[in-house]
Amino acid sequence: MAEIKSLPQVEIKNLYGGYDHETVLEDINLTIRENDFIGLIGPNGGGKTTLLKIILGLLPPKKGSVHVMGQPPQRGRQHIGYVPQFAIFDSDFPISVYDVVKMGRLSGKRVFKRLTDKDDDIVEEKLAWIDLLDYKNRGIRELSGGQRQRVYIARALATEPEVLLLDEPTISIDFESRTKIYELLHNINQQGVTILLVSHDLNVISSYVKTIGCLNRNFHYHGKKEITEEMLKAGYNCPVDLIAHGLPHRVLADHQEGR
Amino acid sequence: MAELLSYGFMQNALMAAVLVSLASGVIGTLVVLKRMVFISGGIAHTAYGGVGLAFYFGVNPIFGAVAFSLLASFLMGYVQRKTRQRQDTLIGVMWAIGMAIGIIFADLTPGYKADLMSYLFGSILAVTNADLLLMLAVDILVISLVVLFYKELQATAFDETFARVRNLPVDLLYVILIAMIGLSVVMLMRVVGLIMIIALLTVPAAIGAMYLKNMKHIMWLATGLSLIFTIGGLLISYTYNLTSGATIILVSGVTYLAALVMHRFCRRCPN
Repeated sequence: MAEIKSLPQVEIKNLYGGYDHETVLEDINLTIRENDFIGLIGPNGGGKTTLLKIILGLLPPKKGSVHVMGQPPQRGRQHIGYVPQFAIFDSDFPISVYDVVKMGRLSGKRVFKRLTDKDDDIVEEKLAWIDLLDYKNRGIRELSGGQRQRVYIARALATEPEVLLLDEPTISIDFESRTKIYELLHNINQQGVTILLVSHDLNVISSYVKTIGCLNRNFHYHGKKEITEEMLKAGYNCPVDLIAHGLPHRVLADHQEGR
Repeated sequence: MAELLSYGFMQNALMAAVLVSLASGVIGTLVVLKRMVFISGGIAHTAYGGVGLAFYFGVNPIFGAVAFSLLASFLMGYVQRKTRQRQDTLIGVMWAIGMAIGIIFADLTPGYKADLMSYLFGSILAVTNADLLLMLAVDILVISLVVLFYKELQATAFDETFARVRNLPVDLLYVILIAMIGLSVVMLMRVVGLIMIIALLTVPAAIGAMYLKNMKHIMWLATGLSLIFTIGGLLISYTYNLTSGATIILVSGVTYLAALVMHRFCRRCPN
């Protein structure tokens, strides 16, 4: 596929990041362009969530620069649709599916303003998209894990984002729902939304994403879909043959590939 | 009954029940949904320090309570948000220090101190016209703020990170919320006493959250339940000559347990 050099939507240069006394990310460089679909893998504690936090302007970088749509993250993040990690939610919270998706229509600029009919239309449209329009009046606590995750994707889509950022969207979800979510993401990407997907679910993401990167303090990324042995060794510390089995696509590059 | 209503203190008590229920229904719902029950208990107890201090200096204790309650709200809110570790310890310590200050200053104050007991255990039958005015003012303030920021408050209660990414004023909303809790606490103190505030602030909303899934509806139901508990408890305590605050709390506590059991065994209940 010919590479089209479009505008960078997220641009990370020489980024160091982490918390008070520890650096989790070292010298990260990443450019996300329009219509990319990047899968980000890496071990737990490898800095995946930290990187997302920095892109979202929730954590300042220690060094280096981050731009979202050409702006600092705290301004640029209005163009990002964020789907947080599933596990952190209060699954017992009393709220309807509709009201959750409607949160996507809120923003700092609209604090004192009422939501309009147009907002309702957008909410309905996104609910139809994720195939849960019939469930709009249900409480989210009545839904299955997979359904709930789709609701959070709809909420992110309701912000009408340029970039969709997902943090482990399929953790603790059964296989069938996973496939459904990845199909959905594939369609979203086809509609022109850029996607950055964090997951440790390498087997599944490899058949949907366009490119894969490995993050373990350092970032290993060649803008390709193949995972090189070097990436695995450095990034994932995970035996190659474990991953090579039964994949719908061949994601492992030949050993002699010189990168 | 008609005879009962002819007493001025009873009319005041009923009016206090209505005013207090509005605050406990609306703010209680946010406290329960945002999981701020412990911090609310802390604010209530710390406020006693203000009561003791005001008593010592001969000021109306309610002013001391308001000042301390707001101070405690902001301090505890700060601890909750800005420190990484031992938040519950710090809040627990402030809780106890506040109480201790109140008790020491009460000791230092010469004379009769029965009035102080009413802040600990509440006395809905002793609510004055001035108290009612204060309650009305707090209600108006609290309800206007909640109406104004309703959608944002709901969004931050549900998922603060998402709200922040949407650039909602998350920190400002937190400050507003915790100040509203502080003011409501002082109000509830007059009725059930600071020791039992947590129950009246959380039980009605918790029952509502069990059965409903719309925050507005939960607020309405919690207000209604709170009104039933306060008036029911008041009548029972009056009939059997019991402490009104404790009776109100027992009525709500028993109802809560019943609601829990019912919810567990009721399959067709909306979830």
